[in-house]
Amino acid sequence: MKEIFGSPRSMSDAAVPYCPGCGHGIALRLIGEVIDELGIFERVVGVAPVGCAVRCWRLFRFDMMHAAHGRPPAVATGLKRALPNNIIFTYQGDGDSAAIGLAELMHAALRCEKFSVFMINNAIYGATGGQMAPTTLVGQYSTSYPSGRDPSHVGYPIKMAELVASISRNSYVSRVALNNPRNVLAARRAVMKAFRTQESRLGFSFVEMLSPCPTGWNMPPLESLDWIETRMIPEYPLGEYAVPQGLE
Amino acid sequence: MNTVTERVLLTGNEACGEAAIRAQCRFFYAYPITPQNELLEHMARRLPEVGGVFLQSESELAGINMVYGTAAAGRRVMTASSSCGIALMQEGMSYLAASQLPCVTVNITRAGPGLGRIPPAQSDYRQATRGGGNGDYRVIVLAPGSVQEMADFTLDAFDLADKYRTPVMILTDGMLGQMMEPVVLPDPVDPEKIPEKPWAVAGARGRERNLILASPYSDEELISLNDELSRKYQLIEAAEQRWESILLDDAEIVVVAFGSSFRIAIDAVEHARDKGLRVGMIRPITLWPFPREAFRGLAGGVHSYLVVEMNEGQMVEDVLLSRSGDAPVSHFGHGGGWKPSPGSIFRQIVELSRGRLAT
Repeated sequence: MKEIFGSPRSMSDAAVPYCPGCGHGIALRLIGEVIDELGIFERVVGVAPVGCAVRCWRLFRFDMMHAAHGRPPAVATGLKRALPNNIIFTYQGDGDSAAIGLAELMHAALRCEKFSVFMINNAIYGATGGQMAPTTLVGQYSTSYPSGRDPSHVGYPIKMAELVASISRNSYVSRVALNNPRNVLAARRAVMKAFRTQESRLGFSFVEMLSPCPTGWNMPPLESLDWIETRMIPEYPLGEYAVPQGLE
Repeated sequence: MNTVTERVLLTGNEACGEAAIRAQCRFFYAYPITPQNELLEHMARRLPEVGGVFLQSESELAGINMVYGTAAAGRRVMTASSSCGIALMQEGMSYLAASQLPCVTVNITRAGPGLGRIPPAQSDYRQATRGGGNGDYRVIVLAPGSVQEMADFTLDAFDLADKYRTPVMILTDGMLGQMMEPVVLPDPVDPEKIPEKPWAVAGARGRERNLILASPYSDEELISLNDELSRKYQLIEAAEQRWESILLDDAEIVVVAFGSSFRIAIDAVEHARDKGLRVGMIRPITLWPFPREAFRGLAGGVHSYLVVEMNEGQMVEDVLLSRSGDAPVSHFGHGGGWKPSPGSIFRQIVELSRGRLAT
């Protein structure tokens, strides 16, 4: 019988270690599918962060390593400088990339390091139980600010795609959402462009993915998908913020 | 065959950097800090000439994590900083130890605590020899005492790091880092002789995938990792203690000092010998593993130990743990950038010989 749909070669058959309705499984599957399609499996080294995203190493089948909280872009710099012909990526949450690791991410972008960063923006700290993230929306409930994010006290949500695009020359920067089939397909195209930017040594590549966290948001999964559409996307507009010259 | 031994005049920092290149280290990531800068600048100049990578990191935190990435890729890699910068690197050092990755870190110590000031000091002894970061781990620590040893020990550091898959630190200070002395540089290491690293992550081509994990998946695996590390450290303690024993045969007073304070103390010891005092010296070369072997069998004739160190009393704890017998141990030193003079150490020896020094 002809197989018309299956698990990507890049993915293991480990049980998906995420809550029901979580977006991590979709994001990881997209990365796995694109690695298969580009035929780069044997050259890939992935860097796992700290937070829910760390578990990604179990779901992939290629070489992976850990990094300390926020440090994946520095670790990936050390990997890529030593292995310029390999494909290096980091997979990070919003706390990892936009709070504790903001400096490492910004400086990797500034240097136009030739690796790819996939950032999950779910507007909350999932692994530690729902504390405020730099990406938490104004007024949004979190366990560390139960009366909602108050900008006069902790400032406004951080716009990572816009920030990266503003400091990284000739790089690929995109924001996508994982809340409906149309947006998931657009996310897949963005992952593809990120890896192709790296493969062609054009520049840095960064894809911010708006992703549901029903557990952290205290919301049913379907409602979470709507919340991305009605609350997150107006705050975090989707689209390509930078496309390098020479990317077909 | 070249039979002429070429002596060159170098600072300790330059000798360390040049030896690293001869050890086939091709990657160096660091953030500028005095008194380490000459080492950074040497690597910035030399590494591109040999096809290597020099990268000035945005912080010591980023620098040690770049080291972590390159070490994971299986390449020889080094970083350098000074005290407060080394403190920032401790997160990465703990991860390197947990992931069993080889690398070399150089601490051109300055006086602390806090930002402190830039004079030489030995106040990072405790941090270096006890691991430095979180968790149960150790780092091999080498303490050079001359510019020549800055070169020689750097070569040793890379070999030890590869042999035991562990971070190795060179602990020195601005006195040795910035002074110039004639050096015979070691011959370049044959790249073929560097151990293979089948565990490296470099793409799963024709093999099962490799994982470099600082956090195993289960509680049981983490206990196993700790036990495995512990066994490795026991092996290192048994095989790698290094020291110099000087004039110990009939010594009644034993001076213990490393690095810069060793250089100064040796003058005082020789002067005391000239005056007929029975003084000897133990000079630790590895600070971890501390050379406990050096103290074996010294019990009988020794009536006191004098630990000279440029801090408020750190290595003195290891001497107390290592001495055989119950000869009193006194400490002579201050933190904050204080340096002993040979005369001041000599006076301490004289006081001890008269039994006057409170211990």
